[in-house]
Amino acid sequence: MLQLQQVSVAYQSSQVVKAISFTLQAGEIGCLVGPSGSGKTSLLRAIAGFEPVSQGQVLVAGEVVSALGVQQNPEQRQIGVVFQDYALFPHLTVGDNICFGLWRQPKAQQQQKMQQLLQLVGLSGMAGRYIHQLSGGQQQRVALARALAPEPRLLLLDEPFSGLDADLRDSLARDIRGILKQLNITAVMVTHDQHEAFAMADWIGVMAHGSLQQWGTPYQLYHQPANRFVADFIGQGDLIRGDMLDGFQVKTCLGVFQQPQHTGFDAGCAVDVLVRPDDILHDDASPLRAKVLSRAFRGAHMLYQLQVGDFAQGSNEQISCLAPSHHQHQLGEMIGIRVQIDDLVCFARTVNQA
Amino acid sequence: MRYNLSLRQLPLLLLCLLLCTPLLVVLQSALQPDWQLWQHLTSTVLPDYLQNSLLLAFGVGTGALFIGTTLAWLVVFYRFPGRNILQWALLLPLAMPAYIIAYTYTGLLDFAGPVQSLLRETFNWRYGQYYFPEIRSLGGAVVLLSLVLYPYVYLLARTAFAAQSQRLAEASLSLGLNRRQHFFRVTLPMARPALVTGMALAMMEAFADYGTVQYFGVPTLTTGIFRTWFGMGQQQGAAQLAALLCSMVVLLIYLELASRKQLHFYYSGQAHQQVRYTQLSGFKALLALILALLPLLLGFAIPASQLALWALAQWPTLFSAEFGRLLWHSFSLALGSAVLVVSLALLLAYGMRLHKHWLVQLMVRMSGMGYAIPGTVIAIGVMLPLGAVDNQLDLWLEQQFGIRSGLLFSGTLFALLLAYAVRFLAVALQGIEAGLGQIKPSMDQAARSLGLNARQVLWRVHVPLLRGSVLSALLLVFVDVLKELPATLLLRPFNFNTLAVRSFELASDERLAAAALPALTIVLVGLVPVMLLAKALDKTPNKE
Repeated sequence: MLQLQQVSVAYQSSQVVKAISFTLQAGEIGCLVGPSGSGKTSLLRAIAGFEPVSQGQVLVAGEVVSALGVQQNPEQRQIGVVFQDYALFPHLTVGDNICFGLWRQPKAQQQQKMQQLLQLVGLSGMAGRYIHQLSGGQQQRVALARALAPEPRLLLLDEPFSGLDADLRDSLARDIRGILKQLNITAVMVTHDQHEAFAMADWIGVMAHGSLQQWGTPYQLYHQPANRFVADFIGQGDLIRGDMLDGFQVKTCLGVFQQPQHTGFDAGCAVDVLVRPDDILHDDASPLRAKVLSRAFRGAHMLYQLQVGDFAQGSNEQISCLAPSHHQHQLGEMIGIRVQIDDLVCFARTVNQA
Repeated sequence: MRYNLSLRQLPLLLLCLLLCTPLLVVLQSALQPDWQLWQHLTSTVLPDYLQNSLLLAFGVGTGALFIGTTLAWLVVFYRFPGRNILQWALLLPLAMPAYIIAYTYTGLLDFAGPVQSLLRETFNWRYGQYYFPEIRSLGGAVVLLSLVLYPYVYLLARTAFAAQSQRLAEASLSLGLNRRQHFFRVTLPMARPALVTGMALAMMEAFADYGTVQYFGVPTLTTGIFRTWFGMGQQQGAAQLAALLCSMVVLLIYLELASRKQLHFYYSGQAHQQVRYTQLSGFKALLALILALLPLLLGFAIPASQLALWALAQWPTLFSAEFGRLLWHSFSLALGSAVLVVSLALLLAYGMRLHKHWLVQLMVRMSGMGYAIPGTVIAIGVMLPLGAVDNQLDLWLEQQFGIRSGLLFSGTLFALLLAYAVRFLAVALQGIEAGLGQIKPSMDQAARSLGLNARQVLWRVHVPLLRGSVLSALLLVFVDVLKELPATLLLRPFNFNTLAVRSFELASDERLAAAALPALTIVLVGLVPVMLLAKALDKTPNKE
């Protein structure tokens, strides 16, 4: 439904989006995550047609809508947008806002559509209210309903939850995913919050400095990050030093790990191995011991910061461990751990990391 | 958005240039000073002009600051009988033009006026046997101008006080300060940018005042400009005096802008908390009421009543042909200028929104500078170039076709309209820009993504959302033009009288009663925007 081929966006002379490609099938939800300034909103605006592309092309339903020298007007694209500030019209009621894009249709049909949408977003009976009489979450739902009303081919959401409370975000993200899936809408959302992305997306693209670092499912991003940036940005994790024994096995202070596919590194290569907190299991019976450096209570879990390795040789590797919170240990205590790495992730060690 | 300059912006830039011309002409004249004239001026009247202008501005600044801050403090932090009405009624003096209050008080307080007559009768005094302050003096001008200009400070101070978080007061209390210490160590310093801004506005008006000082016979820079132009026939000299006056105002603008910038970070968020106030009762409540009532009585109620009394005595003139003509001239001129100025403001505001190029932004900003520039200066700046153009045109037409055009621009309403456009563009621009600012770019984009083209976006989003700002801009410019005195006095076509001009002329001829009817009309029309302002204020959270 949506296809990006080597899309770049430039303001004046600086390129803010660099050669990005990805594809979404009909009904799929994609998320672009990345720190602020990574170019994700610019990319979204290029898809919507608010910015021209400087390279590459954007295809919606197989039709080129943006390319160098081709720029279909936003109003002709049939792409709905939910804006970060909602951009609701303050002079119109909720109902009129939703009907705003339905001006080609007869009044009765508009009303019917509006009532349907209000019900869908859970705002039945609020059609006569003005925007300023609604809470943030309600405004967000109106913005969604307004964008969905003309039955767009594609829906774009720009940081749709950034103005809302943390607990509201979760439930709203789930609700909206439900609505989009129910209507089989293809959507692209931009966010800086990976949890929102996890809650909404079928596909996630991680962006940094204008480039797409990785495009994959949430599982792939977490367990098979393509590079250090993705490993660091998505989830929590530590890197410990390792030396390749051969193309498949790596030796670290936690033991030797291996995987069936070739890691891409040859024997003798110095690497960093990604260790996620959930790779480290707390087990008092285990002979492998680690020293507790700090701990943070997380409700169901306790997050321990551990020091591992051969202390006598001055090695100082740190890892994190997510243990059930009724396992209480003091700072400085040695505890037993077990390592269970299902997806081995190695990066070439850089000099300053050694 | 377009960042590159192209031919499409040329008309916009040319329009800005036209609007900047008067100011540029005046400033340019300062570059070629007429030394002989300056020598003459410095040895005779210039020290007086300067001293009086400065004393007037600083006196009025201080007076307005004191009255405005005190009133804002009373109204925000205390509750007393009448407070809810007073908090907006205190704005009423804004409707009273300074030159009108000046001759009203002269009528009240001079030797033959009711106050002195009453004193003489009561105590059986005679002329020269008692002391009574002379109202027609610099001191009198300072007091009267302060009385009508304090609302600038009051408005800003009130908002600044009310916007301060209650948390801050609690923090002070927890650190051992009492309420008075908190006011002087936190509330007042935090409100300083607002107070400085208000004071700078009052001072600009004082610098620009022509009517009051002319009537009182106090020689200042504004009256000096008139005298140099008409009395001495020295056009360049007048322009150079205007440049001097201008430079003082520019200094004030800088001060105002600098403190306005600070306003931004002084009040971030937390606006919806209630300020804790003290309920006054008994003697203290009475004292507060009197204190708050005083400026209202002196600055509005008393002069307005006096005007009404005079006008009532003259009521048959209400139906005279002359008054009808005055009304027609004034209202049609004000309406025409309002439509013109607001159209220009719309054009420029959209130009700025669409063309983000720095040159466009700068030129539009420059065009808006006129509001701070005294009407006298603008009149000079309009007169000089238009007169030159007229002379050239007349010469050329006579040589080519043997016809004489006369004063096609400088002697007609064109000059007046241009001066109003320069002077009041900022008033309209400010409102329209604020209105346009409410229409966030994302709204345009939302409308586009919902299938509207650019023209439909204009009609279905911009027109309904801008209607309010455009109407209030029209109203503000209308009233400002109606009240304007010095530029109208200088630039009006021969025998073209407006309410303001006629009222001032009659007063200058000591026909105070006859001057009252046009003056009262101006005051009453001037009340409309003040009421609207008061209504807008009433919507802010600082209500009971």
